[in-house]
Amino acid sequence: MAKHHVSATLNGNDVEFLCETQQTLLEVLRDELHHTGTKEGCGTGDCGACSVTLDGRLVCSCLVLGVEARGKSIQTIEGMAEGTSLHPLQRKFLEHAALQCGVCTPGILIAARSLLERNPDPSEEEVRFWLAGNLCRCTGYNKIIEAVLDAAREMRGG
Amino acid sequence: MSEILYEAPKTLEAAVALLAGAGGQARVLAGGTDLLIQMRAGRVVPGLLVDIKGIVEMTTIVAENGGFRFGAAASCMELVEHQAFAREWPGVTDAVKLIGSVQVKGRATVGGNLCNASPAADSVPALIAAGAVARIVGPGGTREARVEDIPAGPGRTTLADGEIVVSLFLPPRPARSGDAYLRFTPRTEMDIAVVGAGVNLTLDETGVCTHARVSLGAVAERALLVPEAAAALIGSKVDEGALGRLAAAASAACRPIADKRGTREFRVEVAGVLARRAAGIALDRARRKG
Repeated sequence: MAKHHVSATLNGNDVEFLCETQQTLLEVLRDELHHTGTKEGCGTGDCGACSVTLDGRLVCSCLVLGVEARGKSIQTIEGMAEGTSLHPLQRKFLEHAALQCGVCTPGILIAARSLLERNPDPSEEEVRFWLAGNLCRCTGYNKIIEAVLDAAREMRGG
Repeated sequence: MSEILYEAPKTLEAAVALLAGAGGQARVLAGGTDLLIQMRAGRVVPGLLVDIKGIVEMTTIVAENGGFRFGAAASCMELVEHQAFAREWPGVTDAVKLIGSVQVKGRATVGGNLCNASPAADSVPALIAAGAVARIVGPGGTREARVEDIPAGPGRTTLADGEIVVSLFLPPRPARSGDAYLRFTPRTEMDIAVVGAGVNLTLDETGVCTHARVSLGAVAERALLVPEAAAALIGSKVDEGALGRLAAAASAACRPIADKRGTREFRVEVAGVLARRAAGIALDRARRKG
């Protein structure tokens, strides 16, 4: 049988791709659409490195089939900065040194943006619970939490 | 490897026909958070995936006859974000909130949690305590079953070949009703229950418990309804004596395995402790709903 022909939008742009049933959205993003900002960590939904949003809903792209993205809006790290202007979360991650090796960073930025869209003024506890599905083996998390809270403050205009 | 077909039917009839036509080689795809991992590991090799998320009855949350009906393929995040549902069923909502990370809950479904049939599934004891009834369709038509009658053992259900859980109905709440679900895990988040306990109760005007259901997870081959534990509460004011009898009945109902996360003795003890604490929370919630 022919592969599935899927149309979707990726960071606001129309995209089309071919995939087999068992190909995950993560594999499609990286191998078919050459958007390699989204990382594979565990491949089993435990680490959050492959976080993207699908119709605005935060998901692990390793737990979604490419064919399930048909007609949906996918947002990845590549769509976060506007041209050369970084998103406030990205700037604050640099300012707070909230990354070391960087493999978890795209997923954490996408997850953090999803939180701030729903809750512009989260408590530290709310940030920690929301990001509980994103593992980082370098930073010890404190700098990540500080960066998210600082970005939230700036985005609220404070 | 052999090819896996994929279909996304728009109606229950079409989904049932696809499953019936696949001769046992098809798997229902809801959130995929268990199934895709099993496929990746080679434990499940389906010939056909039937993605049921395009079927309206399976994904909507609606008020019905004074209660709630939610689609078995509605995502956990949609359910926990439904404020009217959370007000009415805080214990069920707490249990659903415990299912994995935000990312996992964005895909995972309560129907999948039920049909994956892990004895440690968090939503199942809470649904059993709530008296939830599943609507099931299959080649033989539509039937209804209580949630406690669906899991049969690890990875096994009482569903017949080709049957699908469509939706779950939670009955209307009398005044002064409350429910709660607690679990024990070594970590605070992102972990699998070593023991889970759900309690749902109703009080009369004088504070006497008139109705109770108690359920335990992860202490047997499937989640258990424990009528003896509920009987300890009914007719009491949920006082210390009743809570002690509840805890003893809960512990007595356990037939757990021992594994690296907990010994048999530990699980038996903790089941009583959690049932008692969950009853305390349910009592508090019921009193505030006077």
